[in-house]
Amino acid sequence: MCGLCGTFGAADHWTDGLGEGTALSPTAERRRRAQIANEVLGLYGLKLTEWANRFTLTGRTGKSAVVDQFGGIWAEAERLTGRACDPLDPAVIEAMEARQRAGSHG
Amino acid sequence: MADAVPHVGLPPVTVNILTGFLGSGKTSLLKRLLTQPDLKDSAVLINEFGEIGIDHFLVEEVDEDVVLLKSGCICCTIRGDLKEALLDLDQRRAAGRVPAFTRLILETTGLADPAPIVATLVADPALRHHFRIGNIVTVVDAVNGARNLDAHPESVRQAAVADRLVLSKTDLADAGTVDLVERRLAALNPAADIHRLDESRTPEASLFLGDIHDASARRSEVARWLASESLEHHHHHHDRPDVNRHDDVRAFLLTAEKPLDWARFGLWLSMLLNRHGTEVLRLKGLLSIRGVDTPVVVQGVQHLIHKPVHLDAWPDGIPGTRIVVIAQGLDPAIVRRSFKAFVDTPAGQKAT
Repeated sequence: MCGLCGTFGAADHWTDGLGEGTALSPTAERRRRAQIANEVLGLYGLKLTEWANRFTLTGRTGKSAVVDQFGGIWAEAERLTGRACDPLDPAVIEAMEARQRAGSHG
Repeated sequence: MADAVPHVGLPPVTVNILTGFLGSGKTSLLKRLLTQPDLKDSAVLINEFGEIGIDHFLVEEVDEDVVLLKSGCICCTIRGDLKEALLDLDQRRAAGRVPAFTRLILETTGLADPAPIVATLVADPALRHHFRIGNIVTVVDAVNGARNLDAHPESVRQAAVADRLVLSKTDLADAGTVDLVERRLAALNPAADIHRLDESRTPEASLFLGDIHDASARRSEVARWLASESLEHHHHHHDRPDVNRHDDVRAFLLTAEKPLDWARFGLWLSMLLNRHGTEVLRLKGLLSIRGVDTPVVVQGVQHLIHKPVHLDAWPDGIPGTRIVVIAQGLDPAIVRRSFKAFVDTPAGQKAT
């Protein structure tokens, strides 16, 4: 069991339950979240896809894992890549800042 | 939303963790608190350390529903016993074999890091619907407090995790020493209320009552987190004054003026806690979330985040995200920059 999720299986996670208040269906909301996550996961060569009320996380080599909760993707991401996924890594921060700047022009 | 789901028949029990370094006066405080009518329906669990049974005798006189945990401490070993003790108590309560207590006070060993106890309660599927975490109360004694904070990392972690700090034995130390310890505690944990206690003063039941699960107390509780002057001090001055020499433990504030995208925030925080959970001693946040009408409260201990709860209005009337972080070994400037880089929506992108 993952202490971060505090749950077995697909039970609730703290990241669930607060939608955007829009009319998105649960599936559409998961797709939207996957799209947001992929902005970061792309830095590690990973891709998150909404799949049957869950997510799948896939690496460049095709290795993949099922992730029950949006907040639980990082342990799997590190396992698949063998790398630390650190949001305080200056290179990661710089990449995210560059993405924001690019977004502002797009 | 998001409060613990009660099991059939009985509402969840609020668990208060009472911690503090060896000799700080936890048991004395507990004994005095338990005489108060508001805490009458409390059960007590003690995690005894070593073979010194003093705590046991004192508390047994106070309450007949005492169950002693047999193992010494800390992290992993405590969990099994704690879980068994909690389940046993819960079953006895459900069966009517003990009074239907509504509160459980868990006194830890002086050397315990409270985080594994929180983890046991939050993460265990059998427990988390029957119990919910209330205020964590940490006792620091005025006489030895400064020395313990300097010498024992456990003492710093206990103070950092607290919702309420009790400064005990203030009548046994001179005024300058008491002030100094209090200032150090305020710098270490600006989100906690500090209560001075001496032998002549009756401790307030509010140490345990009025937590974030209590809808009537929630707004004032959050206002208290955010009101701290020392937090503002930390926000503006990274070089800390002499009163705070807790090596690398720092309290700092993350802010955002625009409403956050919940998914971006969740992605960032779960990524941060996955890698740095043991360094984030405490996190308490009031969040403005896009598409959600009411303020959202998020709080956690280390890598464990409680289910978010809502406030009916902004405590100070000012909307905006403010998150208090107490962390060990993390550079506040880097955390702030990372937070901004991850949660700000790229300007050219549609928000939803």
